[in-house]
Amino acid sequence: MNDMTVVDNTVETQSTKIAAQNVNVYYGESHAIKDVNVEIEDKTVTAFIGPSGCGKSTFLRCLNRMNDTIDICRVTGDILLDGEDIYDKRVDPVQLRAQVGMVFQKPNPFPKSIYDNVAYGPRIHGLARNKAELDEIVEKSLRRGAIWDEVKDRLQSPGTGLSGGQQQRLCIARAVATEPEVLLMDEPCSALDPIATAQVEELIDELRENYSVVIVTHSMQQAARVSQKTAFFHLGNLVEFGPTGQIFTNPEDPRTESYITGRIG
Amino acid sequence: MTDLSQTPASGDTPMPKKQGQSLLELSDRTKRRNAAETRFKAYGIGAIAIGLLMLLVLVTTIFSKGIGAFQQTFVTLQVELLESKLDKTGNRDIDDIKKVTTFGYAPIIRGAVETKVNALGIDTPLKAKDMAGILSKDAAATLREYVVSHPDQIGETVEFRFLAQSRVDGYLKGRVSRDSIANDKNISAAQLDLVDALIEADVVEKTFNMAFILGSDASDARPEAAGMGVSMLGSLFMMLVVLALALPIGVAASIYLEEFAPQNWLTDIIEVNISNLAAVPSIVFGILGLAVFINYMHLPSSAPLVGGLVLTLMTLPTIIISTRASLKAVPPSIRDAALGVGASRMQSVFHHVLPLAAPGILTGTIIGLAQALGETAPLLLIGMVGFIASNAPDSIASGLLSPNSAMPAQIYEWAKRADPAFYERAWGGIIILLVFLITMNTLAVILRRRFERRW
Repeated sequence: MNDMTVVDNTVETQSTKIAAQNVNVYYGESHAIKDVNVEIEDKTVTAFIGPSGCGKSTFLRCLNRMNDTIDICRVTGDILLDGEDIYDKRVDPVQLRAQVGMVFQKPNPFPKSIYDNVAYGPRIHGLARNKAELDEIVEKSLRRGAIWDEVKDRLQSPGTGLSGGQQQRLCIARAVATEPEVLLMDEPCSALDPIATAQVEELIDELRENYSVVIVTHSMQQAARVSQKTAFFHLGNLVEFGPTGQIFTNPEDPRTESYITGRIG
Repeated sequence: MTDLSQTPASGDTPMPKKQGQSLLELSDRTKRRNAAETRFKAYGIGAIAIGLLMLLVLVTTIFSKGIGAFQQTFVTLQVELLESKLDKTGNRDIDDIKKVTTFGYAPIIRGAVETKVNALGIDTPLKAKDMAGILSKDAAATLREYVVSHPDQIGETVEFRFLAQSRVDGYLKGRVSRDSIANDKNISAAQLDLVDALIEADVVEKTFNMAFILGSDASDARPEAAGMGVSMLGSLFMMLVVLALALPIGVAASIYLEEFAPQNWLTDIIEVNISNLAAVPSIVFGILGLAVFINYMHLPSSAPLVGGLVLTLMTLPTIIISTRASLKAVPPSIRDAALGVGASRMQSVFHHVLPLAAPGILTGTIIGLAQALGETAPLLLIGMVGFIASNAPDSIASGLLSPNSAMPAQIYEWAKRADPAFYERAWGGIIILLVFLITMNTLAVILRRRFERRW
């Protein structure tokens, strides 16, 4: 009995990394995210699922203020990263994005060499004092991206010459090169074939050791495979948020049940 | 015994009869559609053929009329530089030598021609003055220039290649005949006879004329001496001004509008106005330049600086539009990627977007420059036409500020003049201008091919 409690505790002691409180997002007149409250834990993979247009990507892009680049987008409410409001006037989104890295839907390596792709972030943030340190960061990041063995002999060849799955892992390596605390992934496998998807999913599971990972996905199977926590979005509302197992086996909300059983979405 | 391997006899199990029309014959509708497609292809081929024909006509006309300007008739003579005429004091004082005007050289040239004709034993009724009439009026100036720069040669006999006058040149090029000179006081049949005899003796010959490419314009009486060189320099200085101003201003404006400016009514108005500016007739820019740069700012008229400023105004919209188009063509995922790793907007633009857009920007700039190079109308209004006989400027500043012409303006100027020799030079000038334009456009294509990267 006591043993059980201890086990439960080790799962629950993960500290909250990002806390979103009453977040609303508007695109001009349309209300894209409605009053979302969610707590994203450290060293956990959190999956956002939901039908197309439900706002899960929009919400993800709020977490590193990528929505700032859209003129008509307006965000209200608080998003706290380690207790600090990232929408505070004093926060420079550039600094924030070094801490909250992002991987996009379509692999988007820079049309430069593999080395330069990974080294770009550390360079602009001044993370390396010299070439040797930069080399070290690049190697470490490529190892974390589980692509080092495949590219170590051709670091100077263009990143765009890799296969889709390799490109996406390169993008993950690029994102971790700036030593972020949170890694946001916007449908990272939607442009990949099943084998590359499996590799990236395996990688996501490894990344959990060091980062808090938030992944948006269309595939419920993927959410079930890689995440510990799942949030279900529908029409801009956060319908249900809880441990992945519970969401998929015993959802509380009828809308969640309809979605995971394939009746809506 | 099984029948499986055998194909059923056609009589036993008939194939189901096809409903409606067979696929093997065309329906009326399909026939009509195919006919329409064939007709359309024929129109297209016809249109291209007409275009090619026009191009062919244009190119052949330009070359057949203009190629003559690159050749010129020269008369080779041995001239004795008489000390008694050129340096009476005999002490080789350069100031004294300079006192002798081109009129003082005329008798020497006359003497040289006469000596040559007599030496060859050519029988001609002409007097020495008329014999020398087959030479250009430029000959005395050529001679004087030589003597002033080589005073030590006075007293010697030196071989010179003098320009023949334009009628003689025209005679060698088939433009002038004995019939056409009936009422021409510039040349007589006897002079043409002399020319024929001199051609026999290899004294008169038609050769390539570098002076047409490098020389300066010449007065109405000496079309054979006129060249494009000075106006080429004028165009060069203008292009320098355009490049130095239009490229940075245009690129900076486009980057700001495309990457940083908020989308609102003000930027919309700016955008519409830039597009409209590209369609404003160039003469409007010319009168604007006249009013602002010359009348108000008192910059020197006819100066390449002013011409360059006016052409900058004209080229800016072209550069801005092409730069914005190439910035737009960079996929947004590249910007996202840069922002995602924590680059600032400026870093994302300068590190990633701009290098990818560079080939497009370069192409647009070169096309804009080529357009400016061929522009004539605004130059007429700021006085960049007319007779500029000065030679190369001694510095960039004087090149920018001293009066000059430009290639298209020079062509216009020649086309206006009465002498058919100038008309030929106008066509020749067009060939030079076209060579520049084709070179620039080829460069644009090569640069685009070379730097184009895929993502």
